[in-house]
Amino acid sequence: MRVVAAMSGGVDSAVAAARAVDAGHDVTGIHLALSRNPKSYRTGARGCCTIEDANDARRAADVIGIPFYVWDLSDRFHDDVVEDFMAEYSAGRTPNPCLRCNERIKFAAVLDRALALGFDAVATGHYARLETAADGTVEMHRAVDHGKDQSYVLGVLTQEQLAHSLFPLGGSSKPDVRAEAERRGLSVARKPDSHDICFISDGDTAGWLREKLGAGSGDLVDHATGEVLGRHEGAFGFTIGQRRGLRIGRPTDDGRPRYVLDIEPVSGTVTVGPREELTVDRIEGRAARWCGLPPTGRLEGTVQLRAHGAEHRAVVSASPDDVRIELLEPAEGIAPGQAAVVYDGSRVVGSCTITSATRARTA
Amino acid sequence: MTDLDSTPGDAVYLDHAASTPMLPEAVAAMTRQLPRTGNPSSLHASGRAARRVVEESREAIARALGCRPGEVVLTSGGTESDNLAVKGLFWSRRGADPRRTRVLSTSVEHHAVLDPLHWLAEHEGAEVELLPVDDTGRLDVRALRASVERDPGSVALVSVMWANNEVGTVQPVDEVVEVAREHGIPVHSDAVQAVGQLPVDFAASGVDAMTVTAHKIGGPYGVGALVVRRELDVTPLLHGGGQERDIRSGTIDTPAIAGFAEALRVTVEHRDEQATRLAALRDDLVERVRERVPDVLVNGAAEHRLPGNAHLTFPGCEGDSLLMLLDARGIACSTGSACSAGVPQPSHVLLAMGADAERARGSLRFSLGHTSSTADVDAVVDAIVPVVERARAAGLAGQTRKAG
Ligand SMILES: Cc1ncc(COP(=O)(O)O)c(C=O)c1O
Repeated sequence: MRVVAAMSGGVDSAVAAARAVDAGHDVTGIHLALSRNPKSYRTGARGCCTIEDANDARRAADVIGIPFYVWDLSDRFHDDVVEDFMAEYSAGRTPNPCLRCNERIKFAAVLDRALALGFDAVATGHYARLETAADGTVEMHRAVDHGKDQSYVLGVLTQEQLAHSLFPLGGSSKPDVRAEAERRGLSVARKPDSHDICFISDGDTAGWLREKLGAGSGDLVDHATGEVLGRHEGAFGFTIGQRRGLRIGRPTDDGRPRYVLDIEPVSGTVTVGPREELTVDRIEGRAARWCGLPPTGRLEGTVQLRAHGAEHRAVVSASPDDVRIELLEPAEGIAPGQAAVVYDGSRVVGSCTITSATRARTA
Repeated sequence: MTDLDSTPGDAVYLDHAASTPMLPEAVAAMTRQLPRTGNPSSLHASGRAARRVVEESREAIARALGCRPGEVVLTSGGTESDNLAVKGLFWSRRGADPRRTRVLSTSVEHHAVLDPLHWLAEHEGAEVELLPVDDTGRLDVRALRASVERDPGSVALVSVMWANNEVGTVQPVDEVVEVAREHGIPVHSDAVQAVGQLPVDFAASGVDAMTVTAHKIGGPYGVGALVVRRELDVTPLLHGGGQERDIRSGTIDTPAIAGFAEALRVTVEHRDEQATRLAALRDDLVERVRERVPDVLVNGAAEHRLPGNAHLTFPGCEGDSLLMLLDARGIACSTGSACSAGVPQPSHVLLAMGADAERARGSLRFSLGHTSSTADVDAVVDAIVPVVERARAAGLAGQTRKAG
């Protein structure tokens, strides 16, 4: 096959590209330029935050011996991922931009362009496994290394996208991948993993949002009494389930800690209350994306509600676009905007964006 | 070490404006010097031997460029020469008269001129005017005249390239000199692309400083010259031993200079026949591509154009995609400039010529040189239809914003 290997400049995508070559594919390395740097001298255009990563990716491609190019997707990334991220936060939701990027950029804009240019597939360094079922459908499964498993952020991929994807690392552990990079003479072998949101370089998401969206200060309100307990500098600093940094001078009557229960985007009101109020067991979602056929009837499986989060046993029922999830094992601190990814054993069934998370039973 | 010899090169190399293969004569001249020892500044026999090579090379360079040997300041190449000319002349001219803060140039210069200009504006209070060009990329001399005459006493220098590296347009350097000379303003010209393709005679041209680099004319990388009239004061960028007329310091690279001089000698000797041959090949390339892709657009000038340059826009294509698809078929060409991360940038030259961003992004430069042959043209002509079809199918995918 002719394969585009998306090379971020990290160790995983470099090894994935090398393995695709070993598997006999005709591989071309592509680095995606996603960020824009308005301060760039040159022609005042976009560009160059990713110089170092682009160079690391280029060096890896040289060592592997494949052609290498940079594709500029910064406009699309800005429109589809960064703006979406801001819009979701302004609406009081908590989005996951990596999922959005996989859905709209890596396995959409990049894949479309690759297919049009005569390639057959896109390979990435994600930790997930693909298997072809007896009927020919491509199934996505959790990676062998559960600690590194990234099937959650790939839960938005459809059958069409999966059919043109390669995840060469799904059967490996991270230490093995690093050791292999070392063996292959890839200088990125010891490069630290990136964890943060790639377009917020200093990792300060709250600060970034404040800068983009304004302060959004408001009241901190007790959930039961409605009493105003204090003011805060900006709603973006909070996530549902957060306990630290509330800066409420007054302790509760019973001395138990308070947690963020709800964030009201327009007024900036942040509601706080005791931990048990965070517990949810009923989730509604929209914008469902199924990896194969949508499940019919009730599916007993598990759901994962955040990246690297726990699995919860659940009963899932879906109309094509809307999803209802009953958690048999309740979850805490679930915010609208997060993705719920549905699994049947190790197999990813699909995902939806959470619209509401409530409590049906008393804990 | 990795075995770089196993890395395949391009079978069809049409990127001579980026770097042209070294001439065998230049390789020979350079390799003769490589095993020899001797710092040309040393006073002993080895030093004198090296000095002699450097000075004979300087004389050969001067003969080829129509200047005096003492006017050749050897540098590390085009970028350094441009920086030295622009900053060095600005500093010395403003030093002599603080009113001289304006620098006049064009909007189509190479980044080796533009970026020093931006730097001077940002850090040294220079007022930089980038004068407009017409839709073929040629400077509007009336605009230059108007700008000079507004206040001639405030102009530190004028810098106008001899020929453009992207679209190959040749600038009216003689008219620029005429305007500047009336007011005693020094003119710098970046002749990196012109030398070897056009007659370039420093003395006859009347320019005061001129940039040349070796790797565009069959010499080695990392060596070049700024030709500067003797009586002109240039403030140095690099301070040290003062090896080059006190304008430029640093031990000079004897083997590279020998290769540079030999390449220049050979190139200039064959210039006219080569120019005629390349222009014919280039016209053939453009004509046959047009037969197969009728909506192709040719950028740049018809008459005032470098013989080896073909700059084409393929509507609906991303230059990026075209380059990749041609590269996969062993054909090397260029889309213009990329930033240091390798992100393709819409060309400032095409934008200055009035092209919209889409036209700028859908462009390719084929540049021919001494190794180019009909076989190269045939290869492009054979590949162009499937390549353009594919690139068109990919459209401006990913790069353009969705409608609405
Ligand atoms: C017009 C022009 N000026 C300057 C340069 C820079 O020369 P060098 O690569 O020797 O630094 C180039 C080469 O890209 C050029 O085309």
